[in-house]
Amino acid sequence: MRRAKPLRKRFPLAAYAALTPMALTAVFAYVGTMLWTARVSLSNSRTFPSGDFVGAAQYVRLFNNQRWLLSLQNIVVYGALFIVACMIIGLLLAIFIDQKVTAEGVLRAVFLYPYAMSFVATGLVWQWILNPELGIQAVLQKLGFPQAHFDWIVQQDSVLYTIVIATVWQASGLVMALMLAGLRGIDEEIWMAARIDGIPRWRVYLSIVIPMLKPSLSTAFVLLFVMVVKLYDAVVAMTQGGPGTASEVPAKFIMDYLFGRANIGLASAASMVLLSSVLVILAPFFYLRSRAALRPDAR
Amino acid sequence: MHCRRKLIGSLVAAFCATLALQGSALADPLQANVIHWWTSGGESAAIKQFADAYNKAGGLWVDNAIAGADQARATAINRIIGGDPPTAAQFNTSKQFHDLIDQGLLNNVDAVAVKQNWDAAFPQSILDSIKVKGHFYAAPVDIHMPAWFFYSKPAFQKAGIAAEPKSFDEFIGDLDKLKAAGLIPLALGGQAWQEKITFDAVFADVGGPDLYLKIYRDRDVAAAKSDAFKKVLIAFKKLHNYVDPGSPGRNWNDATALVISGRAGVQIMGDWAKGEFSAAQQTAGKDFGCFPGFGPHSPYLVAGDVFVFPKTDNPTAIKAQQLLATVMTSPAAQVAFSAKKGSIPIRADIDDSSLDICAKEGIAIMKDKTRQLPNPEMLLSPDRQGALQDVVTNFWNKNQSVDDAQKAFASALTD
Repeated sequence: MRRAKPLRKRFPLAAYAALTPMALTAVFAYVGTMLWTARVSLSNSRTFPSGDFVGAAQYVRLFNNQRWLLSLQNIVVYGALFIVACMIIGLLLAIFIDQKVTAEGVLRAVFLYPYAMSFVATGLVWQWILNPELGIQAVLQKLGFPQAHFDWIVQQDSVLYTIVIATVWQASGLVMALMLAGLRGIDEEIWMAARIDGIPRWRVYLSIVIPMLKPSLSTAFVLLFVMVVKLYDAVVAMTQGGPGTASEVPAKFIMDYLFGRANIGLASAASMVLLSSVLVILAPFFYLRSRAALRPDAR
Repeated sequence: MHCRRKLIGSLVAAFCATLALQGSALADPLQANVIHWWTSGGESAAIKQFADAYNKAGGLWVDNAIAGADQARATAINRIIGGDPPTAAQFNTSKQFHDLIDQGLLNNVDAVAVKQNWDAAFPQSILDSIKVKGHFYAAPVDIHMPAWFFYSKPAFQKAGIAAEPKSFDEFIGDLDKLKAAGLIPLALGGQAWQEKITFDAVFADVGGPDLYLKIYRDRDVAAAKSDAFKKVLIAFKKLHNYVDPGSPGRNWNDATALVISGRAGVQIMGDWAKGEFSAAQQTAGKDFGCFPGFGPHSPYLVAGDVFVFPKTDNPTAIKAQQLLATVMTSPAAQVAFSAKKGSIPIRADIDDSSLDICAKEGIAIMKDKTRQLPNPEMLLSPDRQGALQDVVTNFWNKNQSVDDAQKAFASALTD
């Protein structure tokens, strides 16, 4: 009996041909622009990219800039709170829906809906809700609680938390969807075995189910991390970086200097710093993940 | 059946062809692709005046409105670099487009400027912005005064204020009266740019034009460290006692709405705020009042918009650019535009009877050259203006000492 050579041993010309446009896009659009940005960050560019070379002058200026340092500090605090809160709330929502509740479809849509909306619109609504003279505080005071006090959005030291609240509201539905898919993939027999052994439900979740959700968790982490790095629209819609500069974030710094302040050199230097810090954090993460996937005992 | 359909088809085609021929024969298509950021109701009504005037003069206006000034400017710059320049693009009367001039990316409109005698027709501060090394690189279209004091007449009445304040101290006294009457004395949208406008208004009035120019134009560090400037900072921060807790993050038009409804007394804002008043059916002089500063010699900040004309060798495009520059600066188009926009015309030789009393007052003030003071954006690069804005907003919002703020201001001025 004649058999053709196994498929994967042949050179998959068609597959490579199909991938070429994407590969070219990746090389020229992503890597190319990154290199270009790196070059511009070493120049004295203002409105236009210029070809001169000023060494690390833009980086020196960047790290003498109070607003940039504050932006970095803010994004670290924001990122930690946002990712942890999204993970916990998303997971709890998924577990809740997984209890075979009635109207599951409706609830799923409700929880996922915020993610489908543009933050430019919902940010404005959040701004109103949180405004002490229009939103929650004013309503409570009118209802007869004169000492009700909730003015975080106008306070220097708590404005960042309001952005955490609003963006967690937006993104936890996404985490829920990912986790729910993971939970649905877990074998019913595990639950039966646990029930026979008389293990309490919370213990099953904590010791068996959540460790099994690891792939979903790490996907959610990467998605949330990317959202942290590019945080921009929520800040612009809710606070414009204020009061003062209290809620400034790096992406807004870059956008401001790129366009409004016509300083491409400094904006590029800031972009490079942001890119390298992302790589420093994500590279070990992906490395560990790929190592884990290569291990022979991995599922 | 089939034949008939074919017949109709060819008839339609022939008809269209005739139309197209006629069209190209009739119009001399001086097509002008214009980028601007005037998208709100009053603004688009204003730019339509230019479009109509240009079409009437034998051109074909292709509107290219882009929401957001930063986005519109970025688009214009990208198209210029990308080799597909628009015929004209909007910028502020400032240094924003001076990089474009340095790179040789703009056509000058000297031919029009000489013919129309722009040197004599326009105020000096505007000429300083558009005329570089003896060439005219932009057509100014309006003068905005970014720091008018708008006040609610009913609110002033309720607080028992009889006349407009004549000095900063009187102004503070009036704010106290408004506060005592249970109103929001100063309606401020707590966003950095609005705080900067408020600061510049205080700076011009309390510090005076000399100090203002020494700091913004000459970037004189000694002046920024002087006691006179310290007084300006103290006066500015004093106003913080008169804003409401909901101020931070508020949009400017929401602050204007507070004045319109009579819940707040005063707003310091550019003359574009008049659009909000007229949308609420309020009339200047009757429902609300306006004053540009304190007393009869108060400085008048000059800002505004221009159109620049990106470099091209195409003779038709150059003709279109020159026609645009002529039409936009012509007295008739200027009046029609200003009435809708809330700004004042760039030239004095116009009939101002159709404008409101604030605009009339502005035009009268502009005749006195000593009262004109350029907006900081005309004197500083966008980058430095932004750095100063950061200093001002921090001082306003943080519990920062005056000395620290003064130091930060001086270092942002020079670094």
